Amino acid sequence: MAVLVVADVHGNSLDESTNKTVTAALAINGDVDVLVAGEDVGDAAAKAAKITGVRKVLQADDAVYAHRLAEPLCDLIVSQAGDYEAILKAAATTGKNVMPRVAAILDVMQISEIVAVEAPDTFVRPIYAGNAMATVKSNDAKKVITVRATGFSAAGNDGAAPVEKVDATGDPGLSAFVGEELTKSDRPELAGAKIVISGGRALGSSENFEKYIFPVADKLGAAVGASRAAVDAGYVPNDYQVGQTGKIVAPDLYIAVGISGAIQHLAGMKDSKVIVAINKDEEAPIFQIADYGLVADLFKVLPELEEAL
Amino acid sequence: MKVLVPVKRVIDYNVKVRVKSDHTGVDLANVKMSMNPFDEIAVEEAIRLKESGTATEVVAVSIGPEKAQDQIRQALAMGADRGLLIKTDAEVEPLGVAKLLKAVVEAEQCELVILGKQAIDDDSNQTGQMLAAMLGWPQGTFASKVSKEGDKLSVTREIDGGLQTITLNLPAIVTTDLRLNEPRYASLPNIMKAKKKPLDVKEASEYGVDIAPRLEVLKVTEPPKREAGVKVENVAQLVEKLKNEAGVI
Ligand SMILES: Cc1cc2nc3c(=O)[nH]c(=O)nc-3n(C[C@H](O)[C@H](O)[C@H](O)COP(=O)(O)OP(=O)(O)OC[C@H]3O[C@@H](n4cnc5c(N)ncnc54)[C@H](O)[C@@H]3O)c2cc1C
Ligand SMILES: Nc1ncnc2c1ncn2[C@@H]1O[C@H](COP(=O)(O)O)[C@@H](O)[C@H]1O
Repeated sequence: MAVLVVADVHGNSLDESTNKTVTAALAINGDVDVLVAGEDVGDAAAKAAKITGVRKVLQADDAVYAHRLAEPLCDLIVSQAGDYEAILKAAATTGKNVMPRVAAILDVMQISEIVAVEAPDTFVRPIYAGNAMATVKSNDAKKVITVRATGFSAAGNDGAAPVEKVDATGDPGLSAFVGEELTKSDRPELAGAKIVISGGRALGSSENFEKYIFPVADKLGAAVGASRAAVDAGYVPNDYQVGQTGKIVAPDLYIAVGISGAIQHLAGMKDSKVIVAINKDEEAPIFQIADYGLVADLFKVLPELEEAL
Repeated sequence: MKVLVPVKRVIDYNVKVRVKSDHTGVDLANVKMSMNPFDEIAVEEAIRLKESGTATEVVAVSIGPEKAQDQIRQALAMGADRGLLIKTDAEVEPLGVAKLLKAVVEAEQCELVILGKQAIDDDSNQTGQMLAAMLGWPQGTFASKVSKEGDKLSVTREIDGGLQTITLNLPAIVTTDLRLNEPRYASLPNIMKAKKKPLDVKEASEYGVDIAPRLEVLKVTEPPKREAGVKVENVAQLVEKLKNEAGVI
């Protein structure tokens, strides 16, 4: 028996979440294969072949996988499911979209967003916005799992696994790609950044994000995040949202600016190494989990912070 | 087009849950229960499709205890036409829920099912995708915009890098994200009217599908606690501490 990791690929590049998912897979079984699917993903497959501990890479090249549509990608994964005891993919939007579909076809109950592997059939996953941790044992013969990347360290890149081409499974013709509106930014990816600075409702406008948050982010080389309230109000794009139902981050340093600290927000950042909160209300719940709290008006102290860095 | 909206009774999003001291689960005694917030968004979207003439009927269904009728009534008060409770006191996992919903979709001949993207209790984010797989339908998950265009459904999805727009053949599954709409409040007259709307109750066992759990919960524990740290006086002190004490900048 072996384990299959479905890589996260964007264009022809491999996401680091794949290395983290491999770490989770290796904790289940030492034989780990990686499936890389997309359009002309030779480079991504070559990179996957270098991940430490990988046995072999399966490369599926077809235009039908270019936009990661759930239905064709699901068919491909099911066609490769074979004898694998477990199939894992990072719990990013593609994994969340496609893996439950795979699980249902295989008639197994997916184990969502694991943060630890206790045994090959036993996993830890957060529930209730991370206010409780459930240890669950799967009684399915095949496990379908999504992996919360912040729970695992990244496997290294000194392997040399063979790459094998596998057949595409065609287009079931159920859905079609129309277009994408991707956020452009020169700042680091939110999910993997070492430092994150997030703004909340208190920012009041997208101009204020630009004027107060972005300069500090750039001084720190940080990614920018936001609370739901700031995203709902249109200050920043949807993919900036940190929280239970947005992105989960665990950087070395997380700076929450004008964010109250609702449980849904905390769910996405409370595993950060060091947390700083800047809020003018000294009773704000965010201070209960902050290592360093600064009770102040953000419009006054953020320019000072930029200056001091 | 008949639209089915599954609504789950969950712990209210404002409640801070407590883990039971015997580690068997979380304490649900005397806590406020509500409709899963993503399902309110789903109900709202279905009603808007009806108001715009795209949907003909909106059916709300819940799988859960007798009390889940409260959440169905809320959907009816918002504007759904009919309700169905599939009664069970057991915890049903997304795989089992999807199997029951498949039976409902087939019996009701629905053309569209709008679900929440995630139940805020189990945080599974699976049921819609599973139902789509079982029916052989396309799925538009994490939707922030839905519209009918000709004989297809156009869905804009919230994805990691931004937004993706796809079209789905009908029949189809949609799951809602936060920005799809802002759910309406039910007015008092509509709450009264909802009491008279039809609400069927069936036993889960009547459906003859296997809903036995596949996951065994061995234990439920508290997450590692984070203690509050210190308050700093000013920016200079903050920067000093981040540099010299925490060593993170
Ligand atoms: C189903 C569901 C899912 C959700 N998912 C998420 C999620 O993933 N992520 C998320 O973040 N939220 C999520 N939420 C929303 C969450 O419950 C809160 O509503 C949200 O996090 C609040 O955002 P905020 O802290 O920016 O705004 P507020 O709670 O309004 O807080 C603003 C803060 O700014 C402070 N402030 C005001 N002016 C200043 C100033 N000049 N200087 C300094 N401080 C100032 C105030 O004191 C206050 O503490 C979800 C909610 C639901 C129901
Ligand atoms: N017991 C249930 N009754 C009705 N709908 C449900 C139930 N469980 C899940 N759902 C639907 O499936 C969505 C996703 O739930 P989950 O996969 O558990 O995160 C919810 O937002 C509901 O729309």
